[in-house]
Amino acid sequence: MTLLDLANPTRFLTLTSRLLPWLAGLTFVLLLIGLYQSAMAPDDYQQGATVKIMFIHVPNAWLSMFVWGVMSLAALGTLVWRHPLADVAAKAAAPIGACFTFLALATGSLWGRPMWGTYWEWDARLTSVLILFLMYLGLIALWRAVEDPSRAARAAAVLTLVGAINLPIIKFSVDWWNTLHQPASVLRLGGPTLDRAFLIPLLIMALAFSLLFLTLHLAAMRNEILRRRVRALQLKQASQLP
Amino acid sequence: MTALSLGPYAPFIVSSYLLVTVVVAILIAWITIDYRRQKQRLRELDAAGVVRRSGRSATEFK
Repeated sequence: MTLLDLANPTRFLTLTSRLLPWLAGLTFVLLLIGLYQSAMAPDDYQQGATVKIMFIHVPNAWLSMFVWGVMSLAALGTLVWRHPLADVAAKAAAPIGACFTFLALATGSLWGRPMWGTYWEWDARLTSVLILFLMYLGLIALWRAVEDPSRAARAAAVLTLVGAINLPIIKFSVDWWNTLHQPASVLRLGGPTLDRAFLIPLLIMALAFSLLFLTLHLAAMRNEILRRRVRALQLKQASQLP
Repeated sequence: MTALSLGPYAPFIVSSYLLVTVVVAILIAWITIDYRRQKQRLRELDAAGVVRRSGRSATEFK
């Protein structure tokens, strides 16, 4: 099956119905393994047991940016190639990305209280992630405000690409400014600085959450295709009324 | 490997994991309910005799 075949929503629905049960099962198993590994990880010499919050905070933080990256690619697909599934992908990803961003902020805050002595600090990393969360909400509001999906898609695509400027700001905020947030310890030049005891559960949880995103995204895309089919049929039904 | 012991930070750790569980569960439930709602609407349209441009039934999901 080529990428061109997937441009056909009906073929996409067929593929999704085959893939989703396997993806959901694999996600569930990986989450169980990740949770077990996280529970069994030793305490950090500085953070103590709060290091366990990192195993859910970091994957959510990574995904908050990754999902916007996926939406940016989809936005290019809408504006440049007018791929029929591009705006479906972008619209379906936004609420999932918003949830991951909210969870990154909330779990970070719950880690910050015992470690930094505060739930919130207006430093560059935290503030730029908060802006990302607000941009997700704005995008969801835009999709809901414009009734015609193709018009909403173009406006949302422009907003998404403009918002992508925030991604490098988030990533490098800890290097460019003096922040309370610690610098990168996994995705950095020179390799991870984390001990294997923490790195393995973190990577398993990151993989599990990435699969969770893929599963939820495909399911949400399927819903969006069906919603558009409902809309088209309702318009056809209305036009047939005497 | 050491046994699970959360110490004095237990409320923060348990709250974090509970919050993630609740939000992910809401997300899964929302997507599942939305799927059922769209299928129900398509069944209603099919029952009303509205067919797709291709002539196929509205409830043909694949």
